[in-house]
Amino acid sequence: MIAFTLRRLVQSLVVILFVALIAFSMFRFVGDPVHQMVGIETTLEEREALRERLGLNDPFHVQFARYIANAARLDFGVSYQHKKPVTEMIGARFPATFELAMVSALLALAVGVPMGVFTGLYRDSLLSKVFMAVSLAGISLPTFLIGILLIFIFSVTLGVMPSFGRGETVDLGGWTTGLLTGSGLQALVMPAVTLGLFQMTLIMRLVRSEMLEVLRTDYIKFARARGLSNRAVHFGHALKNTLVPVITITGLQLGGIIAFAIITETVFQWPGMGLLFLQSIQTVDIPIMAAYLMLIAFLFVAINLAVDLLYYVVDPRLRLDRGAAW
Amino acid sequence: MRAWRDSDLWYSFTRSRITVAAASIAGVMILAAFLAPLIAPHNPFDLASLDLLDAHIPPVWSEDGETRFLIGTDDQGRDLLSAILYGARISIGVGIASVLLSLVLGVGLGLVSGYAGGRIDAFIMRVADIQLSFPAILIALLVNGVLRGILPSERQDELAIYVLVLSIGISGWVQYARTVRGSTLVEKNKEYVQAARLIGISPASIMLRHILPNAMGPVLVIATIHLAVAVITEATLSFLGIGVPPTEPSLGTLIRIGNDFLFSGEWWVTIFPGVTLAVLVLSVNLLGDWLRDALNPKLR
Repeated sequence: MIAFTLRRLVQSLVVILFVALIAFSMFRFVGDPVHQMVGIETTLEEREALRERLGLNDPFHVQFARYIANAARLDFGVSYQHKKPVTEMIGARFPATFELAMVSALLALAVGVPMGVFTGLYRDSLLSKVFMAVSLAGISLPTFLIGILLIFIFSVTLGVMPSFGRGETVDLGGWTTGLLTGSGLQALVMPAVTLGLFQMTLIMRLVRSEMLEVLRTDYIKFARARGLSNRAVHFGHALKNTLVPVITITGLQLGGIIAFAIITETVFQWPGMGLLFLQSIQTVDIPIMAAYLMLIAFLFVAINLAVDLLYYVVDPRLRLDRGAAW
Repeated sequence: MRAWRDSDLWYSFTRSRITVAAASIAGVMILAAFLAPLIAPHNPFDLASLDLLDAHIPPVWSEDGETRFLIGTDDQGRDLLSAILYGARISIGVGIASVLLSLVLGVGLGLVSGYAGGRIDAFIMRVADIQLSFPAILIALLVNGVLRGILPSERQDELAIYVLVLSIGISGWVQYARTVRGSTLVEKNKEYVQAARLIGISPASIMLRHILPNAMGPVLVIATIHLAVAVITEATLSFLGIGVPPTEPSLGTLIRIGNDFLFSGEWWVTIFPGVTLAVLVLSVNLLGDWLRDALNPKLR
């Protein structure tokens, strides 16, 4: 267990360093930071002095080491566009994205699992076929189109839902939350549905195929032979055994949700990190892009690591030959 | 032709009505898109034929509709039907080009990785693992951002399509590489490969002419499903404003343009391109699903 954990930790560190190298290379090779920071009237000598002061004349590996050291202290430099520290800007927008992502993940689980169980148990019923058709549409419809459709129906035509923003927020010591006000909750509904729909269809299909597989196994037949009620067999024995892959996939999808939030946040003008990242791509604001990349990489690696370790704890069969995989 | 009609694949195709329908719809849409210059009633790229007085005309069946513009016009007076046809051409074109790029990249790296083994294999697969742990859309966004930073800003609009193909293409190679690597590992120990090696055929030739044909089945399935994903990714990037510029709109760009007018009740500029996109993607997805099942010997 310790060896496995250590090995996974080292691997995660390598991934982070690799991503940091990419993030750092963006600084080096895309645009000239000095050019971004000074005005037109700055003389060549002043530029050179600034270049020296920023350490841009140092060799590559020295600069990279400095970048890593700064990143470890959460210092990602100053935005070219807004002239503010990047960490501060991302930090201010993190709560919005985090709340949106969490609510959509819970929504996806709360709706996707029951739908998956149902379609797994009664796979020839009409309702199951409807669910399957809807899930295919959920996979085929791009996220932004679902958002636009929701806005068109509920905001433009019916006028019952806000189409942009977070509503009123409450500041809890630096963490702004929209979960405590009525307008905040109302504003959350459509973005959360938009973002959660794809994950929901994914979870539904996963639970369905896992259920179909488990229901064929001998221990389910045995449970039935023992005369247990359908409910006990379906929920006590079958569903329980499908949950390990469901938890894994949901955990891994959490990172995906945060990334896909970029699109949802754009459609609903939700003031989160994704919107900030997209604006930074449009204006080629490298410090923000790099910091966002590092943050996402860190989240992904942390989630992957947690899921792997959890798996290891939950499923004893993996302990034997897992080490050879990497 | 006869051999084709007698094949298992053709039989399974004709037996599935949904697949036949999906294939017909996808076929008609792709054909219509590529014949756009011949069948479109107007040329939306010809600025001289545009008249701003024609802007914001609703579809023909609503009160202010005109028969000249069957499903209405956008904010610049472009006929929406023509714009959708031309837009679908760009969307599908970018989709196919990106899929081809991913395919060449992925199959190449997969073959080398599986055949060479050792450190090369370890390196390629580690990079693949890292990329796979991020969603493709994020990779595409990043590559797009970096390329736009490198390119001079005055040429960005004219190079936008190539930037788009490159970013979507790079974001999708991993699955091809993993699949081909897997097949290569199996094939390279078989006798025909050993025989080829024995008579001194070069490794490149063995990979391309002997192993590759035996690894192409799953690649076809991935490519079909990937086409749907690539079209969605293109539309998403264009919708986010970092794809095809509005002067030569793709479906995503049209939806983006329409989104600005949604609140004034001009639903048609968004809804028609949106429906076109959804139907196209859905039918390609259905085709891919069928192909996957049909080529999977376990399900026969």
